Amino acid sequence: MTSILFIFSGAPHTSLNAQEGLDALLMGSAFTDCRLLLLGQGVLQLRNNQEAERIGRKNYTPGFAALADYGVSGIACRRSDLETWHLSVEQLSLDVQVLEDKDCRAWLDEADRVLTFR
Amino acid sequence: MKFAIIVQGSPYASQSCHSALLFADAVVRAGHELTRVFFYHDGVLVANRLIAPPQDEQDISLAWQTFAEAHRVELVACIASCLRRGILDETEASRYGRDASSLAPGFIISGLGQLVDATMNADRVVTFGA
Repeated sequence: MTSILFIFSGAPHTSLNAQEGLDALLMGSAFTDCRLLLLGQGVLQLRNNQEAERIGRKNYTPGFAALADYGVSGIACRRSDLETWHLSVEQLSLDVQVLEDKDCRAWLDEADRVLTFR
Repeated sequence: MKFAIIVQGSPYASQSCHSALLFADAVVRAGHELTRVFFYHDGVLVANRLIAPPQDEQDISLAWQTFAEAHRVELVACIASCLRRGILDETEASRYGRDASSLAPGFIISGLGQLVDATMNADRVVTFGA
């Protein structure tokens, strides 16, 4: 089975890319093994208690919680990105794997395909 | 080798559509097979048939249509991205009660399954980001 690694590297609500990337991830997980890696500002997608409605946006971020039910086999972010944004895992909306930078490389190596949404 | 291309960037506002077209041309010139080009995010805006650029600028939508016709490449625009951005074929225009369609010839509107299918079945998938 062809495995697909999805990478989201953009902040939430600044563009539609992660929202539409999430749609693609949900579709992909219906067909094959998919994982999600949040890089850079992408880690902000997981910040809990977002109030996107106040800036006229739909808050799509609760959709991340559904990923496990869709069979997405792994969700991860980097420890260095959490530190950059002064985030603790308690401030994230779901349980994720926290990777060292070298482990990120392994995730990339293990995937047959990589789709990036920034 | 089988290639699939994903285009995410808006025409004119980003280099994505143009770089992807140059790459697509290089793929077929090198004798590879280009199975599908999937337009996603703002990339679908290149499928707007009302694009009318100044005469001294490239008509990037027409350039994609010409390329696709010459090499029999499928140009697929994501339906969810299209609907948000006003790219509708006649079926969708009718479904949503809009008074006109706006999809350029040579493009088809379809779902994300086409993206996943292209990703899984091509030997190489190349994304041109926003």
